[in-house]
Amino acid sequence: MNPNAHPPSDSATPTAAQRFARGFELAYTGLMRALEPPFAAIQKRIGIKGMAYVFVAPNMIIFSVFVALPMILNIWYALTGSNRLMMEERPFVGLDNFSALLDCKDYLDVNSCKQDRFWRAVHNSVLFVALQVTAMVALSLVTALILNGKLRARGFFRAVFFFPVLLSPVVVALIWKWILQRDGLLNALLMAGGGERVAFLHDASWSFFWTVFVSVWAHMGFYALILLAGLQAIPADLYEAAEMDGTPKWRVFWRITVPLLLPTLLVVVILSLIRAVQAFDEIYVLTGGGPGTATQFIVQYIYETAFANQVHLLGLAAAASLLVAVVLMVLTVLQLRISYHGKTS
Amino acid sequence: MSLIRALTRTRDQRSMHLTDWLTYGFLLVGVVLMFGPALWLAASSLKTKSALQEFPPSFLPMGQKEIKLADKPDPLPVYLVPLASGQSAELALQRRIGLVGLFIDPAQPGADPVRARMDEVKPVRELTFAWDNYAEPLRRFRFDRFLGNSLFVTIVSTVLTLLVNSMCAFALSKYSFRGRDAMFVFILSTLMVPISVILIPAFLVVTSLGLTNSLWGVILPPIATPTGVFLLRQYMLTIPDELIDAARMDGASEWRVYWRIIMPLAMPALAVLGIFSVMWRWNDFLWPLIVLSREESFTLQLGLSTFQGELDTQWHYLLAMTMMTLAPVVIVFTLLQRHITTGIASTGLK
Repeated sequence: MNPNAHPPSDSATPTAAQRFARGFELAYTGLMRALEPPFAAIQKRIGIKGMAYVFVAPNMIIFSVFVALPMILNIWYALTGSNRLMMEERPFVGLDNFSALLDCKDYLDVNSCKQDRFWRAVHNSVLFVALQVTAMVALSLVTALILNGKLRARGFFRAVFFFPVLLSPVVVALIWKWILQRDGLLNALLMAGGGERVAFLHDASWSFFWTVFVSVWAHMGFYALILLAGLQAIPADLYEAAEMDGTPKWRVFWRITVPLLLPTLLVVVILSLIRAVQAFDEIYVLTGGGPGTATQFIVQYIYETAFANQVHLLGLAAAASLLVAVVLMVLTVLQLRISYHGKTS
Repeated sequence: MSLIRALTRTRDQRSMHLTDWLTYGFLLVGVVLMFGPALWLAASSLKTKSALQEFPPSFLPMGQKEIKLADKPDPLPVYLVPLASGQSAELALQRRIGLVGLFIDPAQPGADPVRARMDEVKPVRELTFAWDNYAEPLRRFRFDRFLGNSLFVTIVSTVLTLLVNSMCAFALSKYSFRGRDAMFVFILSTLMVPISVILIPAFLVVTSLGLTNSLWGVILPPIATPTGVFLLRQYMLTIPDELIDAARMDGASEWRVYWRIIMPLAMPALAVLGIFSVMWRWNDFLWPLIVLSREESFTLQLGLSTFQGELDTQWHYLLAMTMMTLAPVVIVFTLLQRHITTGIASTGLK
């Protein structure tokens, strides 16, 4: 080693990152080495093949207790009544919860339903999903296409569009609440331009618009990133060949870009559908479901019916969540189908 | 159509076309819309309470100049007061009597106060950074407690998630045993069961285990994540079996094979899962909202959302707290930007 190439001060004082990595490594090695004797003892008894079950066990236990078991219990909750949490205290009521939820003279008229709050949430959610997914897919597609073009500082722009994805829903909601409030930035800009002050979060239509806007703002970068990866996976020689043939640009777009991006695009559509059905956090903090029930969506309905309202109607909430689960299940199966086909073809 | 032309255009164009203008126009609007709100939050969080109530607001944290006089307990606001001589001076408002204010000259606090009508004086403004907005919540609202809880949840969850899922993925990818494929399908099938759909029974399980209001009740349920197992398994399948066989020949136990060979080789996949786990847990909201109801066990997100209900008039604290919640994420993002974006792009996860 040439001592001149590595001044002694460099090796003597490691950077903070190096020290962190070293400490992490020591902790990891120490912990894992300490666990070696017990695992070796187990291996002696059950053999190498048996160790597979030992490795799977922690995951499977946690999984069964906190995910699989609740899935089954959810059905039991939906079939029982009363506001008690403990299973043995809940009387069996059959399909009463479902029939109460589905008791409507006209499904398009919320006021004709027995559980009008549920149906209001369903209507809101359907409208929200339709608007949000359309806007999300359109905007993230345009962004991905632009970021895929020849650009200066592409890394910077990609980071800019992606940045809100990392923010927590509560932070996102508070950032926009601060801008949209009565004396907020948006009203200031509006009035500086000669407009009237608008109560953005106290007007039903505006409030709905902002829930769509804010959730698109927060998650668009994620879908744009997936689409960008899809665009970059399209072989460049296809474009070169088309160019040599003198194919018009719009034709290149419709004949090469669109068909080859289609699987990715479908995944994005379904992923954003799945997420939009579950929209809760940002909206709950931004509008609280209000004004009135104008921005109350289905997950908030489940949460409030089960936990936040004075009487905890767990059966009703469980029945509603089963209905949501069915919708999500169909969407997920579709998504897995498409990703699978996309990978095999 | 012009957009499409911009996106499929050839690489040898030199001059700026209309399409380039449109592209950069879109990007400029994007930068303002995506970055602007966070910048506005950052600027606002440093404003004093009175500056926050101004309408229309100023971008920079401008506040009324205040001056501390030796014989007064509170700092006094400074105004530009027109004097009888025709000039004006910066004087401190000592007292208000109806429409008239009594002003003193900070240079001569002993001299007689100057009387002036309040509608003739103008507040003196200067750049004031209200760092107290940041310090106060830490002292008064147990914000440090929330921060500690969030850090604990995030770190412990991430370590456990990596450990438990990598063990499972190791077994699923490197052993053949009865029930393996069934287990894998079972795990994958729950991809479609997000926590929002099993809130009530999951809460029952957590209650039965006595974990409500405990951070462990937040940590444990989402540890065994199907996405994590899937991601790690797919990656571990690419690790050659010969390595494992060689280690076994040398007398290494299975546990040793796992932590000495598999884990270091699966580092890229572990890093991706680790980053996701940190993001998921730091930002988690709905599940902690249900499990934690006592303030001392609140995470940052819960504390913040509770305060936004209670402190509706105290935006100066709320904004600073929001900034403090946002800061760690921004730091991690700046350091690991490349890993995060490629991780998401290659796995399609969030």
